[in-house]
Amino acid sequence: MLLNQFLILAAILFCTGVYGVISRRNGVLVLMSIELILNSVNINLVAFSAMNDSISGQVFALFVIAVAAAEVGVGLAIVLAIFRNYRTVDIDEVDLMKG
Amino acid sequence: MLATIFAAAEGFVRPDIDWHALAPELVVLATFVVVLLVDVFTEEHSRWTASSFAGIGLLGAIVPLLTLAVRDGDPASLFGGGFVVDDFSLVLKALFLVAGYVTVLVSSNQIAEGDYHEGEYYLLLLASIFGMMTISSARDLITIFVAFEMLSIPTYMLAAWRKRAQTGIEAGMKYYLIGVFATGVMLYGMSLIYGGTGSTLLSEIGAHIGGDFGQEPVAVVGILFTLVGFLFKVSAVPFHNWAPDTYEGAPTPVTAFLSVASKSAGFVAILQLVFLGFFGRADVVRPFMFVLAVATMTVGNMIALRQTNIVRMFAYSSVAQAGFILVPLSVIGAGSADTADQILSSMVMYLLVYTVVNLGAFAVIISVSRRTGSGEIASWGGLFTYAPALAVSMAVFLFALGGIPPAVGWFAKFQLFTAVVKADTTLGYAAGVAMAVNSVISLGYYLGVMRTMFMDDVPDGDTTPVRVPPALVAAVGITVVATLVVGFLPGLVGDLADHATFALSLGE
Repeated sequence: MLLNQFLILAAILFCTGVYGVISRRNGVLVLMSIELILNSVNINLVAFSAMNDSISGQVFALFVIAVAAAEVGVGLAIVLAIFRNYRTVDIDEVDLMKG
Repeated sequence: MLATIFAAAEGFVRPDIDWHALAPELVVLATFVVVLLVDVFTEEHSRWTASSFAGIGLLGAIVPLLTLAVRDGDPASLFGGGFVVDDFSLVLKALFLVAGYVTVLVSSNQIAEGDYHEGEYYLLLLASIFGMMTISSARDLITIFVAFEMLSIPTYMLAAWRKRAQTGIEAGMKYYLIGVFATGVMLYGMSLIYGGTGSTLLSEIGAHIGGDFGQEPVAVVGILFTLVGFLFKVSAVPFHNWAPDTYEGAPTPVTAFLSVASKSAGFVAILQLVFLGFFGRADVVRPFMFVLAVATMTVGNMIALRQTNIVRMFAYSSVAQAGFILVPLSVIGAGSADTADQILSSMVMYLLVYTVVNLGAFAVIISVSRRTGSGEIASWGGLFTYAPALAVSMAVFLFALGGIPPAVGWFAKFQLFTAVVKADTTLGYAAGVAMAVNSVISLGYYLGVMRTMFMDDVPDGDTTPVRVPPALVAAVGITVVATLVVGFLPGLVGDLADHATFALSLGE
């Protein structure tokens, strides 16, 4: 069935994104990995929307796209501020306070 | 292209909108616009008015809440059932508005002195409160998601407020990265739930999750992933790593806001999802929540014992408190329908109590640190000798957080305990024991602060009185009075919580 292929693609994208968030040290690349996760969600939503023949999945996907833009806007601003303070975008070095 | 769209729109009829039910949110939105205009059109020296407008607006939004509370008839259900205004949402909206107002009170001096961008600060605060109010009415995955982001994104910026300090931006970054990552995981879970049930409405999901789809492994993945997004927000272990660093690096008023309002919003979403959406698979939720609750209480308490900085200590204390609030979910769906009611009302009640008490404690911390300029607990030595009122207020809050009668926390904790034990399951008893042990451990650090305040000497021998600005006096006053009144008349909050319960648990 065609749906399976969409879901497998989404699952692969999701895992790639999670791997990226965990392993990447560059702040911008982490943001890109988060985008991958959100896009895998969009694929899922649209595929399920077609399968269930209901429009709300597509509406959901539109909201995810809009909110993701806002999130990344804030994220880039934070990465920029990190660069100004630390002269690096390596997020492992931003660790003055030990949790 | 456009012509066809317009032609299709001919038959469009605007759905009826119950403006009265939306009024509290609309007032907050209007306040948002007013504060924005004030920020744009005033000179730098009169920016302080932004805080007054924000405070007045938040108090003003309580008026429509009261008129809605006394309104007769069924709860209003708007936007195809995605936005419901029932007693549960009204109680929590009141909680968020009061928490927001106290946050404005504790912020006004701190942000005006030394810090920058006063207008924007209150804008973001209002936006976040707006999101919290919306999430307490949201009964639909899309609405929950949008409201959740509405309340989260402003708090990322508030956490990074001291952007020119290295610790300030570190606080924002840690909060942001873990936050958006958790959002991604949550969305993936939501997409699976939507795929299986074919609807984003919680009521529809609740109807389908007990059926065939609910038995599929993918439903379990969907449920757990969805909950993870909110568990991060309430800083449950193992999703708590951001909390101490963010709390320490952010301005203290923001920390106060994050530790109560933002945490409560996470719990509100969890309650709605679990009670309305996932109740049919409560057997999945129970063990998951049991492990998380016990881990959260224990880890939070153990690390809090070792802290020397008061804000970090409160960060771990708030992690442990989140564990206490999660405990009743380890017996959800076990026992009679009565138990479900009691679980819900005990959790709502604990949220109300915890919010007031923790805000009060932070108001005292802010007042004291204005003089000592340090977050070290040792700098609190002999506070009673030169600032007796602050020391006694702090003692009231610490007693309440530790759960010592007659302070209000005792009653709230007792309710949680009864709810867990009444379910009469092994998990329930185990959770109850873990909770009792952890309550005792938590006294260790709460009473440690008390000993420093009352018994130790003043570190540098400087006993000039603390000058507390009026706004902070008001914040401490409101929270102390609320703590004491509820401590002696616990029925008041109990009634509120029961009202709230009645609304939500009838979803079945």
